[in-house]
Amino acid sequence: MSTFTIIAIVLLIGAIGATLGFRRGSALRAEGGRKPHSRPVYHASYVFTWGVIPALLVLSVWLIASPILNELNVRGDFPEGAVAEANLTDDLAYGIVESIGSGLRALPESERETVTAETPIAEAVPLFRQYGVPVASASADWMIPLAIERNAFQDISRWAMTLVVIALAAIGTFHGYRGIRTRLRARNKVESVVNSMLVIASSIAILTTVGIVISLVSESADFFARVDPWTFFFGTVWEPRFAAAGSGGAEGQFGLIPLLAGTLYIGFVAMLVAVPIGLFAAIYMAEYASNRVRSVAKPLLEVLAGIPTIVYGFFALVTVGPFFRDLSAQISGLLTGDYSAFIQAQSVLTAGFVMGIMLIPFVSSLSDDIITSVPGSLRDGSLGLGATRSETIKKVVLPAALPGIVSALLLTASRAIGETMIVVLAAGVAANLTINPFEAMTTITVKIVQQLTGDLEFTSPQTLVAFALGITLFVITLCLNVYALYIVRKYKEQYE
Amino acid sequence: MMENIQATLNERASVTPNRTIKMKTEKVTVHYGQKQALNGIDLEVYERQVTALIGPSGCGKSTYLRCLNRMNDTIDAAKVAGTILLDGENIYDPDLDVVELRARVGMVFQKPNPFPKSIWENVAYGPKIHGLAKTKDELEEIVHTSLKKAGLYNEVKDRLDEPGTGLSGGQQQRLCIARAIAVSPEVILMDEPCSALDPIATATVEELIDELKQNYTIVIVTHSMQQAARVSQQTAMFHLGDLAEVGDTEMMFSNPSDKRTQDYIMGRFG
Repeated sequence: MSTFTIIAIVLLIGAIGATLGFRRGSALRAEGGRKPHSRPVYHASYVFTWGVIPALLVLSVWLIASPILNELNVRGDFPEGAVAEANLTDDLAYGIVESIGSGLRALPESERETVTAETPIAEAVPLFRQYGVPVASASADWMIPLAIERNAFQDISRWAMTLVVIALAAIGTFHGYRGIRTRLRARNKVESVVNSMLVIASSIAILTTVGIVISLVSESADFFARVDPWTFFFGTVWEPRFAAAGSGGAEGQFGLIPLLAGTLYIGFVAMLVAVPIGLFAAIYMAEYASNRVRSVAKPLLEVLAGIPTIVYGFFALVTVGPFFRDLSAQISGLLTGDYSAFIQAQSVLTAGFVMGIMLIPFVSSLSDDIITSVPGSLRDGSLGLGATRSETIKKVVLPAALPGIVSALLLTASRAIGETMIVVLAAGVAANLTINPFEAMTTITVKIVQQLTGDLEFTSPQTLVAFALGITLFVITLCLNVYALYIVRKYKEQYE
Repeated sequence: MMENIQATLNERASVTPNRTIKMKTEKVTVHYGQKQALNGIDLEVYERQVTALIGPSGCGKSTYLRCLNRMNDTIDAAKVAGTILLDGENIYDPDLDVVELRARVGMVFQKPNPFPKSIWENVAYGPKIHGLAKTKDELEEIVHTSLKKAGLYNEVKDRLDEPGTGLSGGQQQRLCIARAIAVSPEVILMDEPCSALDPIATATVEELIDELKQNYTIVIVTHSMQQAARVSQQTAMFHLGDLAEVGDTEMMFSNPSDKRTQDYIMGRFG
């Protein structure tokens, strides 16, 4: 029986229990005498909880544990020396056994019976081929019995699981139903279950973050064991030298500075474009636009935020980059008579400009909310003193909104720093260190992609450097976000 | 209730009122979209007197008040018609600058709304915008005088650079009055200035209003009939967008001629 069927049956049992529980609760109420502690709907949820939650918990534990036990069992049965003889590792050998096992399941019933523990692999392989099941060339005769054993274990485990889970659902439901009485505090119990589910949901998010950080830290530690942190953080040359990997000594140079400079530079240009435009748009939307204009213009502006960044990327690559290059050629032609472009098609300027366009809706939407949340009474107060609208905005509204706007800008900046696709297409992948915005530079994120998509072992510094880059980026954006949150909190206290 | 108000009126030695007309409205109507909020209000506001606008909630008294310095302009849906004269000049005349008008007709709001700036900055805000002070000393002078007139100076003189939002509710409201006074308006409009204050702070603000009327024309919206009786010389009773009755405060409370005014003062509705 498939896992989904089992879950459906458990839920069905729970639903039946809930209905019965509801009836019983209503009956208690109708009986008169002492008023029941909880309403029938809580009795229903109480029975449902008892029926479903233990059963599903056991189901998930079983689903995790059963394959592990199966694997341990099969590995224990590997013939002495056979693995080493075939020049395999235990992991690979078990992988092959596993694929033979699932291959067997793919065969029609009649054919499957012809394969027994004694069938040599040479006979089984054509059969597998016939049904389109790939078999590794390293498979050996001794693997077939193990595969059969594995499948048998799997079948038994599944049957046992089905029985146990459904029985548990039934018993739980019965137990819950039996427990219903006038003084049963079903409401409080159900709420504590809901409470713990909420706690679990939030801890999943937190634990994931913790897990990611731990893996980043440990992999980076591995990298720093091979490469001196000093040369990483303060090195000005980025040249990992893929070709030299593994040849000892010549492991390349991992200088962070060009990447960090590129990241900050492109981010800075992007903010230079996004902040004024976004902020002015927000002021117009919040303070001047009539309701009709606002209801049309605001969603339109926010559509920009819905465009995937890769689309911005090729917009930069095919339109903006060549446009800047041609423009610069015309300008230099007019000034010097020499029509050679001084802006490269892939440049900091292009990437920053396009990224800035992408960030406009973030700036404007966040700032708009903040400006709108400045109490109207302050505007009235200022207008009532005979200030004009723009004086009111400059002297009262914006100063009051400033902390919020600053934190919005910090959040936007952390987005700019984390952006990848636009940079790959618009600024290229060359790790230059320059202050000329018309030349190509690249960013931390781009290099992470490049290092991880290379064809290298996962233990080489060329790959591990991605983690060191990742943690650097993480620390930068974390600091920006924490600072932004701190400012937001301070701002809230001011008005509430 | 009646006795209370009567006692208040008797306590006050009613002075012969000065009868120069400061503001005059003729057939003022206001529409919010389709809904008519005011149905033709004719009212005269006398110079250096306190005019109280009373009436049940939703009767249009605040809407009327906001017409007097065109604060209704800031509400998109509001349409004002009719004539409103300030010293004989129509304030809705297209040639008249609304900014200048609001400098002459100041406003104090229901909820104290000091800017999130220092006390000093709050008061200096208006004079700076209108360029009332040529030197720093002059500005300093305006700030101090305004705070003194608002009866707040002694309480805050040592902490003028602290935020205005840190004051108590009553102090904040007096700060807002000081802020309004600082631009030397001729008329001060007050929209239920005491509704967010405790009785002690209310008493202080009422005393202040009584003093201010020597220099300013004041129009005050209030929910409290005792307050209207205590501070005003003229009272206008609004009801469902109409001006039910207007007259000397003393007359209104002792001998109302309109049935609706009687009912309201007796506490039968509102």
